[in-house]
Amino acid sequence: MKEEIKITDHVIVPKHEILTPDEIKHLLDTYKISINQLPRIAEDDVVVKEIGANVGDVLKITRSSHTAGVTHYYRLVVKE
Amino acid sequence: MADMKEVQSIEFGVLSPKVILKMATVRIARAELYDPDGYPIDGGVMDPRMGVIDPGLRCRTCGGSVGDCGGHFGYLELARPIVHVLYSKFVYRLLKVICRKCGKLLTGSREKTSLKDLIKTAGKKCTACGEEQGEIKFEKPYSFWEDKTPLNPMTIRERFEKTPDEDLELIRVRIRPEWLIITILPVPPVTVRPSITLETGERSEDDLTHKLVDIVRINQRLKENIDIGAPDFIIEDLWELLQYHVSTFFDNELTGVPHARHRSGRGLKTLVQRLKTKEGRFRSNLAGKRVNFCARTVISPDNNIDIDEVGVPEIIAKELTLPIRVTDFNIAMIKEVVKNGPNVWPGANYATRADGRKKKITEESKNEIAEEITNGWIVERHLQNGDIVLFNRQPSLHRMSIMAHRVRVMPYRTFRLNLCVSPPYNADFDGDEMNLHVPQTEEAQAEALLLMEVQNQIRSPRFGGPIIAPKNDHISGLFILTKKDSVFTKEEAAQILAYAGIDAQLPDKEKVSGKEIFSSLLPQNLNIEFQSTWHKGNKNDEDSNVVIKNGKLIKGVIDKSAVGSEEGAIIDKIEKMGTPQEVSDFINKVSRLGSAMLDTRGFTVGISDNDLSEEAKKLVSKAIKKAEEDVADLIDQFNKGKLEGLPDRSLNASLEVYIMQRLAKAVNECGEVVSAHVPENDTIYMARTGARGSLVNVTQTAACIGQETVLGQRIHRGYLNRTLPHFRKGDLSPISHGFVGTSFKAGLTPFEFFWDSLNGREGLMDKSLRTRHSGYMERRLVNALQDLKVKYDMTVRDLTNSVVQFLPGEDGIDPAKSNWGKFDVDAFVNLEAAKDD
Repeated sequence: MKEEIKITDHVIVPKHEILTPDEIKHLLDTYKISINQLPRIAEDDVVVKEIGANVGDVLKITRSSHTAGVTHYYRLVVKE
Repeated sequence: MADMKEVQSIEFGVLSPKVILKMATVRIARAELYDPDGYPIDGGVMDPRMGVIDPGLRCRTCGGSVGDCGGHFGYLELARPIVHVLYSKFVYRLLKVICRKCGKLLTGSREKTSLKDLIKTAGKKCTACGEEQGEIKFEKPYSFWEDKTPLNPMTIRERFEKTPDEDLELIRVRIRPEWLIITILPVPPVTVRPSITLETGERSEDDLTHKLVDIVRINQRLKENIDIGAPDFIIEDLWELLQYHVSTFFDNELTGVPHARHRSGRGLKTLVQRLKTKEGRFRSNLAGKRVNFCARTVISPDNNIDIDEVGVPEIIAKELTLPIRVTDFNIAMIKEVVKNGPNVWPGANYATRADGRKKKITEESKNEIAEEITNGWIVERHLQNGDIVLFNRQPSLHRMSIMAHRVRVMPYRTFRLNLCVSPPYNADFDGDEMNLHVPQTEEAQAEALLLMEVQNQIRSPRFGGPIIAPKNDHISGLFILTKKDSVFTKEEAAQILAYAGIDAQLPDKEKVSGKEIFSSLLPQNLNIEFQSTWHKGNKNDEDSNVVIKNGKLIKGVIDKSAVGSEEGAIIDKIEKMGTPQEVSDFINKVSRLGSAMLDTRGFTVGISDNDLSEEAKKLVSKAIKKAEEDVADLIDQFNKGKLEGLPDRSLNASLEVYIMQRLAKAVNECGEVVSAHVPENDTIYMARTGARGSLVNVTQTAACIGQETVLGQRIHRGYLNRTLPHFRKGDLSPISHGFVGTSFKAGLTPFEFFWDSLNGREGLMDKSLRTRHSGYMERRLVNALQDLKVKYDMTVRDLTNSVVQFLPGEDGIDPAKSNWGKFDVDAFVNLEAAKDD
């Protein structure tokens, strides 16, 4: 029997969420950037596949930090 | 300013024979350089039409002199074509996808692909003409085979010529492939390979010229042999030789062929060698440049200058200058320095008139020029006290490796720096040299001062604590000054302070304690409590906890954890409370006070500091003897098979662990004996206050050195089943595997000495390997991060303006302004609360 392993359940994998179009617009407006200026994540990244994100989606990553408590990071899903 | 255009794109390609002919001004055909009279031969490799290198002569092609003629190419017609070595792999890949008969791509599809993908899918049969394809083999650096028969450059070129442009477009090849097979060799201008005339009048040619002569000579011979119809094998040999010479002309470090050498045996430096590596054109001449207005000499410590000063030898100060524009405000001063001339400090070396004419100031002309000077002149005066300079020690591993200092001109020949700034430079005075640069404009000086001045670098961004702080003797001195029994008469106290050059208010008492003297340097509003380094091993000492209330040292001693580099709590606190100037003042005064204390009291260390009492000696030898017995027991149990193994370890490995643990315990016991029995003396003060050395050093000199390890294990290497032939095979005893039970003072047995040198060698190897490794890692890291920038919206962007981080470091904290890398919430709350009151 193959057991389904979800890597998002692993303790060191931070929380990844897909932003709604409204949230993306808000994000881009706050930083006054175009969507292509966001940091990128590959479409075939294991987490991207697991949460079912598609090219063009923006992921919000919530990480815990020693110095800042919680930080947010945003990555655009891209091909290759 | 010239009309500026933006560079849209750059395309690199390969020169075609046509272009080479068009660039060239000379046809090279002769291998000789000079005629018997010493004049360059026309059509030779040094043909004067290829540019001028002798000053005074004019270029025969363009008429320019040495400065304005950049040289002109020549060309050499090769008797037979040659593969371009640097493209030989590309030629190989093209051969694999091009039909041997019709030169078309071996694909039916007309879709654009990459050469890489096409190689995988290319068929065995040509889709256009049906020709069966052979198997192409490539042998580095420049030989090709097709079905085991050699494929010569001429054949390759013929195939490439047949390939239609449209086919090349499909695999995105933008050059004609036949250009990769050289028929016309461009001969670089003489200006890129100048010959030098030695003192003897002998001419010495550049490596490139030597190589070109070889090429021309072989080419000539090949041509003659072809013309007379020589047998094929001779022509093949010469052809191969020509290929070799042209190839090494491009790159003389090719694998698979011998390097071309000088008569002396030195390898020739050809084109690729000129560009590659740290010494090559890119890293040595383009990415890095030599500069003027700099100096380098040995450094030595000087406690009597401030941390933001640098002692500059007068000889250097007379050589380095600053351009000063003459105004109403400085004309008197300028005239004074000009009158001093170039040889008397503070003088001046050059004066530029308002109309731009530059005059050298000499002993003869100095008075005349001084009279002549008016507003608008620019005088290059000597470096003077208070000038701002940049001071640097390599390797420059972090930003504090280059700091702005103020000049202090001094006698003798070394740069002087305050000992407290040696940690950021990682400098010591065993012969270290440092560099000094003089910013020439007011803007540069202001920028250096604002960003790089020593005062602004006290807190290191590496760990968020003070890096510039008193060390070594300063700390010993402050400890001796502030320990509990140190009391001085009023006169003695005043003497120490005066000696340190400190003007401070002392309590008006007959007897002044050292703590009171130290307190006179503290800011009135300083309140802090912490544990001293002295605290370790002296937990019950009343001095082990430091208490400072309202700028008074109530309790405790001052040592490394109070003022030391990387941990000093008082320096840290003052840095947070006050201005950069106040911290540097504090560091200056406190370090001078420490030295003054030592100078008045005296401070001596000697081998007798490490003497152990008879009682202690007995305890030490008992501890070691007991450990050796226990180990013998362990070995005995092991041999009887009674030893219990540790999880995940074999019985052998477990035994090793047990032995190591038992011996380490014995060494610890020795350490305890030492710290309990060695009387307080200056050596112990140094170790306990963190001024220099540690208790481990004392233990190793006084009691026992302990286990020597190689790669973290007891020493096992050597002969079969034993380390040295003096032991029995299979001996597991401590002595035979690197345990040293004696002290440095008592002396080591020959075995022990050998174990110690094994360990010492490992340490040495490790150190040199690690520095090289980490240097290269840093280089790669810096290259990867160099153009990241924190923008005004607090995002980190790369050079394309894409976001890398939404907050620097994801927490927005500047480590150089942080509390050990973190934000001190309590301090912030207290500060805000204080504001509200």
